[in-house]
Amino acid sequence: MIKIWSIKKDNSSAEKKKPKVSAAQIRVQKDLTELALPETMQMTFPDEHDLLNFNLSITPDEGFYRGGIFRFTFNINNNYPHDPPKVRCIQKIYHPNIDLEGNVCLNILREDWKPVLNLNSVLVGLQYLFLEPNADDPLNKDAAEDLRTNRKNFEYNVKQSMRGKDVKGVYFENVLS
Amino acid sequence: MAATQMQTDIPTPQDATDTVKKDWPGRWSNMNKFLDRRGPFCDSGFIPGHGEDILLNQCRILVIGAGGLGCEILKNLALSGFKEIEVIDMDTIDVSNLNRQFLFRQSDVGSPKAKVAAEFIMKRVAGVKVSYYYGKIQDKDEDYYLGFHLIICGLDSVEARRWINATLVNMVQDDPERIRVLIDGGTEGFKGQARVIIPTITSCYECSLEMLSKPTSYPICTIANTPRLPEHCIEWASVLQWPKLRENEKMDTDDPIHIQWLYETALARAKEFDITGVTYSLTQGVVKNIIPAIASTNAIVAASCCNEAFKIITNSQPYLNNYMMYTGNEGVYTFTFEHQKKSDCPVCGIQNISVEVKRDITVEDFIDFLKEKPDIQLKKPSLTKASTNEKIYWQSPPFFEQKTRPNLEKKLSSIVEEGDDILITDSSLPISLTVKISYV
Ligand SMILES: [Zn+2]
Repeated sequence: MIKIWSIKKDNSSAEKKKPKVSAAQIRVQKDLTELALPETMQMTFPDEHDLLNFNLSITPDEGFYRGGIFRFTFNINNNYPHDPPKVRCIQKIYHPNIDLEGNVCLNILREDWKPVLNLNSVLVGLQYLFLEPNADDPLNKDAAEDLRTNRKNFEYNVKQSMRGKDVKGVYFENVLS
Repeated sequence: MAATQMQTDIPTPQDATDTVKKDWPGRWSNMNKFLDRRGPFCDSGFIPGHGEDILLNQCRILVIGAGGLGCEILKNLALSGFKEIEVIDMDTIDVSNLNRQFLFRQSDVGSPKAKVAAEFIMKRVAGVKVSYYYGKIQDKDEDYYLGFHLIICGLDSVEARRWINATLVNMVQDDPERIRVLIDGGTEGFKGQARVIIPTITSCYECSLEMLSKPTSYPICTIANTPRLPEHCIEWASVLQWPKLRENEKMDTDDPIHIQWLYETALARAKEFDITGVTYSLTQGVVKNIIPAIASTNAIVAASCCNEAFKIITNSQPYLNNYMMYTGNEGVYTFTFEHQKKSDCPVCGIQNISVEVKRDITVEDFIDFLKEKPDIQLKKPSLTKASTNEKIYWQSPPFFEQKTRPNLEKKLSSIVEEGDDILITDSSLPISLTVKISYV
């Protein structure tokens, strides 16, 4: 048993060189330094001292989206990993699970997030969205419908959109550069 | 009436003004039944007869939060004989608090909770001194928290509790004299918990982060395409429509104009899909993630917290080891268990070692030295200077690996001074390791 009254009052402020780093920060640092980033993903930090806000680009080397560069922003708050990172696609792209505003439909970014998951889990999830777009969880209903009903047509639409052309009157961003 | 008769041996003061300074004989006789004699479960170190003196004249206790739990905690402590209390809270009183935060009245709306609560307790309970701080817990430093014998926390914010927990754990610095026990109470609707956290010794708040129930959230594709519930419509307004239509405006969930906009947007959506139940107050509840506060849950959890405080301070009975959860959803149920420390806890799981190295060792050689050191067995350590957060060498991501690679051939002593700490992360460490450097 701890006995409060046997603990003497602190007499000096002693040495205090403990880092003023939050638990969230330490977790992010651990997540980042242990990432095994594949060739198809690049991470950049606009402010090197700010580990909580960074950019990610994905360059799929297979699948419908091969040859494009897809850019995302990551926003982590100080309540990580209780709260999931906020991830947004900053280009307007044609994808069943990403809407025209850049919202991403990935279960572990919202309803299925758990503190045991980490940044690597999110990266794997994002990568997978480009390899296997999913018509069952649509955020862009038109794209999902195209994928479900006519894969050839969907593939054509993806190629068009990636060149900055329009799909049914909606113009997309050129992601080939 | 029966209760009053049982207590006729305790004289009560004649009128309230009388109570301000005076104590009266027999006032603490109920408390003293526990403090003046040994019981079968007493700790061997317990000395009967000193309790009243400890409670009344020596103990300084800090209460964090003066809301639903805080009001109960302050009242309980004052009536249990604690005489020197300080309370911190950063909020002001809202009219919606008045149904359960019983230290506040209509005329107090808009005033700081900490101030009104402190003044109310002092007016009502003779001889107790309650000081207050109206502001954030983050404004205070270690010296401030070391100035109390015990800290009770009745907060509703996960972030604030993580902060105070980390502060109290980091404060210990291998010196048991710097341990301050934290009693943490929490409630959510009909559920709650009370726990005793002895920093660095028991599991801490951060260790149990995974146990927290998280706010309900719905799949974003459901919100976008197949709404069925009023909540789906409200989330559609706040998560998808706000950023789209009011792109450059930050949503303020305390601004009634913003809530009104979300409500109207959600209502239109609900009409389109034939969904009923979208109201202004539901909108507010969903976007602010309000869980109804139940007065009796607060009372039960606060009672448990103060019970533990009394036992720990007086040493008169064994205290909670270390987690009591309460649910009142179906009947009344409590479950007490010892929550285990987590080795990968980023607060209490950080290991510390000291090493001696040659003054001319390079960063690269130092990393090899760490990898070969049999007692730690690191694989790919990433090094950060703890005092400044400067990256010494990071293995990943490539962005930082390339930037820090030139440091590999530098002397470690050109970056890290004698006595400095290096924070190390590595896949073989549960969380991280702090290495104190000395040069030979
Ligand atoms: Zn812990």
